[in-house]
Amino acid sequence: MPPQRQVRVGNQWMRARDAQRALEEAIRVSRAEEASHGPHQSFISKYVFSVDHKWIGIQYGVTALTFLLLGFSMMLLMRYQLAWPGKPFPEWIAKFLGQSNAPGGVMLPEFYNQLGAMHGTVMVFLAIVPLAVGAFGNYLVPLMIGAPDMAFPKLNMMSYWLYLPGGLLMMLSFFVPGGAPNSGWTSYPPLSIIATHGQTIWILGMIFLITSSLLGSVNFIVTIFQLRAKGLTFMRLPFFVWAQLVTSFLLLLAFPPLEAAAVLQLMDRVAGTSFFMPSGLVVSGAPLDRSGGGSPLLWQHLFWFLAHPEVYVLILPGMGIISEIIANNTRKPLWGYRSLVGAGVFLGFMSFVVWAHHMFLTGMGTAISAFFQTTTMIISIPSVIILTALIISLWGGSIRFTVPMLFALAFLPMFGIGGLTGLPLGLAAADIHLHDTYYVIAHFHYVVAPGTIFAMFAGIYYWFPKVTGRQMSELWGKVHFWASLIFINGVFFPMFLQGLAGVSRRLYDGGAQYEHAKSAIHTNVFISTCAFLLMAAQVPFIINFFYSIFKGRRVTSNVWDATTLEWAATTSPPLAHGNFAVAPVVYRGPYEYSVPGYTAADFIPQHVPDDAPPAPDTSTRGGGMLPAGAVAQKES
Amino acid sequence: MDAHAAHADHHEIEIPYTVHSRPDTGLYNGKLGIWLFLASEVMLFGALFSTLILLRTGAPVWPEGSKILNVPLATLNTFNLIASSVTVVLAWANLRLGNLKKGKFYLAVTLFCGFVFMGIKAVEYGSKFSHGLLPSTHNFYATYYVMTGLHGLHVVGGMVVFAYLLMTANKWYATKPDQFTNRVEVTGLYWHFVDLVWIFLFPILYLL
Repeated sequence: MPPQRQVRVGNQWMRARDAQRALEEAIRVSRAEEASHGPHQSFISKYVFSVDHKWIGIQYGVTALTFLLLGFSMMLLMRYQLAWPGKPFPEWIAKFLGQSNAPGGVMLPEFYNQLGAMHGTVMVFLAIVPLAVGAFGNYLVPLMIGAPDMAFPKLNMMSYWLYLPGGLLMMLSFFVPGGAPNSGWTSYPPLSIIATHGQTIWILGMIFLITSSLLGSVNFIVTIFQLRAKGLTFMRLPFFVWAQLVTSFLLLLAFPPLEAAAVLQLMDRVAGTSFFMPSGLVVSGAPLDRSGGGSPLLWQHLFWFLAHPEVYVLILPGMGIISEIIANNTRKPLWGYRSLVGAGVFLGFMSFVVWAHHMFLTGMGTAISAFFQTTTMIISIPSVIILTALIISLWGGSIRFTVPMLFALAFLPMFGIGGLTGLPLGLAAADIHLHDTYYVIAHFHYVVAPGTIFAMFAGIYYWFPKVTGRQMSELWGKVHFWASLIFINGVFFPMFLQGLAGVSRRLYDGGAQYEHAKSAIHTNVFISTCAFLLMAAQVPFIINFFYSIFKGRRVTSNVWDATTLEWAATTSPPLAHGNFAVAPVVYRGPYEYSVPGYTAADFIPQHVPDDAPPAPDTSTRGGGMLPAGAVAQKES
Repeated sequence: MDAHAAHADHHEIEIPYTVHSRPDTGLYNGKLGIWLFLASEVMLFGALFSTLILLRTGAPVWPEGSKILNVPLATLNTFNLIASSVTVVLAWANLRLGNLKKGKFYLAVTLFCGFVFMGIKAVEYGSKFSHGLLPSTHNFYATYYVMTGLHGLHVVGGMVVFAYLLMTANKWYATKPDQFTNRVEVTGLYWHFVDLVWIFLFPILYLL
């Protein structure tokens, strides 16, 4: 029989597990008492304009997941048109779209362009970034560093309340004359400047979103620098926190140039300036009445100066989540923690000097192309270091195949495919053929969809018990995982082949009018079918998510036997009452799993002190959640 | 104090280093926050300066600012802004020394300088508009209006904060003098930045 760990509470000895339960019950009761006796908070200040980082994180999460579903739905409409060009939609969808967008149920090219621009905008700015940074960052960073809240709670609230109106404003653009923005998510001029009114709304929406992420990034950096618990040095930070720190610096420094560019484009549209309008432009056979002298290339430079670091904003938090889950589920420390941190920081620096690899075909010159293809090759090195360290971390681990771990394991090859297929795009010569084809679409979707979105799913399954006190169903999680993995590859893998065959992106009929595309576009039906099935595969997740909030299995505060500080807080930490009963003190690094010579448990949480007797066989150090020093321990 | 209030007080979230510096970083939260914000502002104005350089070097001819814009008025405004940067430091120093009255006086002088700046700007804009020189006239005017306009918005933002600080000074300083002094310090840092942007704008737009 395995030795039972005994702990003393007051003057009574009991089994560690019983003591933990008793303590948690005591904390729960005292919290409940406190909640009923504490300062009365109105519904509005507690749940709408909340200043508590946990609730703001939940607000971000739910809003961003809704936008994620919305962005996906837009894509399904487009996929229907691509697979069966000119075929009318089923009655109820045609009715929903209306005669102005789909007369007789057939989607208009103008509406297809609107959906294309909005799919990109919604997914990048309203779904993934708010989910990765706003939701996961907000909820977890203060808990992981042992802080009572973010450094500036009111700014935090303001970030959310700028994000939501910005998002709703974007959606509103579907209802103005001319419809939503239709110049692509990149809004290249001169097209975007002569475009319909939706584009003005896009710019205003972007100004909201940029301001929101600016406030958020300042808040994150200050929180991580200033509010770390005692003993939590930078090299003891979980990699997730490092990833969020680098991400915040990228948001802080990369977004303002886009804000400037958005102001300039706004001026071009409403005040008749010519920042991005070259001289002698002819539109619909008539010369455009402008002073001219502007540069369309200038917009591309300013846009990609944001949008390339943005790529790393999309992927770094995902890598952070994956790292936590891999360390926890392999029951061993991450391999090469220092290399991971170094690579993450280097990645952040380099991401500012690669932007023009999106512009090889603009005629900006071979010298500039050579520079940017060199930096692009350099930036692949830190990405490879991170992925390699995560793969080697699996070696020799006793892997627990939990649902979060399945998503994390799938992330590695999926991100690998996405990353490696990016190299030919980063070389100017190969890019001449691949530029603006479906190959590009496949490449970056492999990074963001089965990469980042899988990381987000992994994170949701992993931290769901922390947020709600209940666990999501493992069985339905596995159904969700396997179906998503199969169909998402069914969607994106054939696009590589289409792209290599030369099928351009942004084609309303999927390339049917091009002779050279004939050999490749028959896969459109297969891709679209997989896309619809991928949507169906999300149904178990959505049901599981809501069902588990109310009916999921109740779990203890450290259900995964994890080491980082968020698991030292109670289950489902109460809102607006601080995170920790006592400010935690950190004694060790973040991944002390399977420490040699330590037999009591296969993990030592960061907040458990060193001064407990180190003798390996006869005594135990606390592997549980009891506050440091609260109990003495022995083994029977 | 009744029992409930005491209870609530005990459990209030206390965020550390809101007023006093964290030993290892040497900064309080607000000061680090404003420095980061200013870093992002450098990128914002950096993008605009880059735009100006790119458009100007790409243009076959570019008007000379000194022949079109009002250099004497802008020079006056430059000295006005520099003076306001001095007075905001004097305000902070006096608050630090416990002299609220003098601190408020210098805050008011700073705010006044802000009004003078915007007044002179309004005269300059007005004379350009009356001659039909609009942003759409030429990219020189487009960059001039956008850059000085965004800078002007920053000045107005600073003035709003100074006005707020002046209105709340008596009560705030009586209860939390350190916190109030810190607020003046971070607003001052922001104000110096706004001043610095003008120091770059003035020669680049008006003189070169």
